Amino acid sequence: MTGADANCDNGAHPKCLIIACGALAKEIVYLQRHLGIPKEALTLQCVPAEYHNTPQKITPAVEAILKERRDEFDTVLVGYGDCGTGGALDEVLKKYDAERLRGAHCYEFFAGSALFEEITDAEIGSFFLTDYLVKFFDRLVIQGLGLDRYPHLRDIYFSNYKQVVYLAQVEDAALKERAQSAAHQLGLEFVYKYVGYGDLTEAMRLVNVGAGHSYARSEGHQSPPCDDGIYHVRG
Amino acid sequence: MSDNENIILKDLNDDDLVEQMKDDLYDGMAAEVFEGTQILLDRGWDANLILSDALVEGMRIVGIDFRDGILFVPEVLQCAGAMKGGMGLLRPILAASGEKASTGKYVIGTVKGDIHDIGKNLVGMMLEGAGFEVIDLGINNPLENYLEAIDEHKPDILGMSALLTTTMPYMGVVIEELDKRGILKDLPVMVGGAPLNQEFADAINAHTYGRDAALSAELAKTIMGKNS
Ligand code: B12
Repeated sequence: MTGADANCDNGAHPKCLIIACGALAKEIVYLQRHLGIPKEALTLQCVPAEYHNTPQKITPAVEAILKERRDEFDTVLVGYGDCGTGGALDEVLKKYDAERLRGAHCYEFFAGSALFEEITDAEIGSFFLTDYLVKFFDRLVIQGLGLDRYPHLRDIYFSNYKQVVYLAQVEDAALKERAQSAAHQLGLEFVYKYVGYGDLTEAMRLVNVGAGHSYARSEGHQSPPCDDGIYHVRG
Repeated sequence: MSDNENIILKDLNDDDLVEQMKDDLYDGMAAEVFEGTQILLDRGWDANLILSDALVEGMRIVGIDFRDGILFVPEVLQCAGAMKGGMGLLRPILAASGEKASTGKYVIGTVKGDIHDIGKNLVGMMLEGAGFEVIDLGINNPLENYLEAIDEHKPDILGMSALLTTTMPYMGVVIEELDKRGILKDLPVMVGGAPLNQEFADAINAHTYGRDAALSAELAKTIMGKNS
């Protein structure tokens, strides 16, 4: 499928706003290009990824954007899971007729619920990394948890953990190496799983199809790989 | 919070020392809190009073500033470490004096699928500070662990913690099962964890929702009829 033939019949692109966690920005831009979603069809606005450590800030930040911009767009996709908002985000999205990604957090929608469960069932002490977290490991994990200031806290945070599981979006040897050294820094074993973009692809594909094709009402399983093999894209 | 480079703890009078200990606890200065605790003991202070007036009170202030976004998780952990040091000195004294665990028995644990334990540990510490005997089941507890602990320890209160939206509902599963087995009517269940709120606690039929550690200890005392 290409972007062009998936758009609305009348030629005018339905306009979609994606409000996403900054941790997904690069992935969304990549998928937009890859799925051939025209620039004018999609507006991306991000919320700081740092809000993960203070999830009570996520819902108000998303709502502020919705309040200001909802009327300009046909559809809104919110690039978040529940992410610890305890249902508060869903309440707001209902109010503004917006949809979010399925799953509790990005680890689940990247890996897919089945694989995520399989990994945690086999080893509950799994700490997950994505491409974004690997790239910004120092800022988000080391500084975010205060390990730069208080290195001894490492064993308080991670004493219940056995392994780092890197759920890679792209196959990239350098990133893999950095993930491995992050695991080492945390004193944990390293497991590598190349999972691609998971459910984010399906959600973006429906953005491409446009208004009237609800992501929330779509099948709810992992999207099959594109004809052009989206799951096998390299770095 | 404080600039105590030149403060010599043992030169302070009791009131100033207690104030200083609260400041030191706020700043996560474990050695100073430990020293202050020892000085008060040497001055003949009752261990219970040191616990409540210096350590628990200090931690209560930390809790307020954490709630208000002034302190963050790493700082809170530093403070907890400092409190732990002081408590380590007091615990054997309280145990020997037979005054321990006068408030009640409290079984606490993080639910199945969840291995977050910072909040639970803080609650446990504040409960201990409030005189509870705390039995900590640790993390990732299935229903059976709670049932076994209830059977073995006959607690006055059961506490469950969950930090993931995916594990929160399991608290409801445990409560329902306790109800089915006729245990719930005699065992108040408290629940807590960042994504929870009162509405959720009500929906799963929990007895009490604890927003933070200090408040949870107060609420537990109220359940035991030990709060005025
Ligand atoms: C620190 C932290 C971690 C640490 C945990 C260290 C540890 N030993 O616990 C680390 C970094 C290891 C970690 C790992 C993970 N985490 Co985490 N974590 C957090 C964070 C930033 C803070 C939690 C915390 O400790 N707060 C400090 C304490 C003091 O507060 P508290 O827990 O709320 O407890 C207070 C009250 O709630 C109450 N309370 C708590 N328990 C109880 C119990 C009773 C009985 C009572 C009365 C009261 C009570 O009193 C406490 C004291 O005041 C939160 C975000 C947030 N701010 O909530 C994410 C968060 C909870 N984690 C999250 C995630 C996704 C994960 C991981 C899957 C991430 C990963 N990369 O793998 C893993 C989990 C694996 C697993 N199987 O459990 C998500 C959950 C999303 C969701 N949909 O639910 C959050 C919300 C972050 C986010 N926005 O994405 N995490």
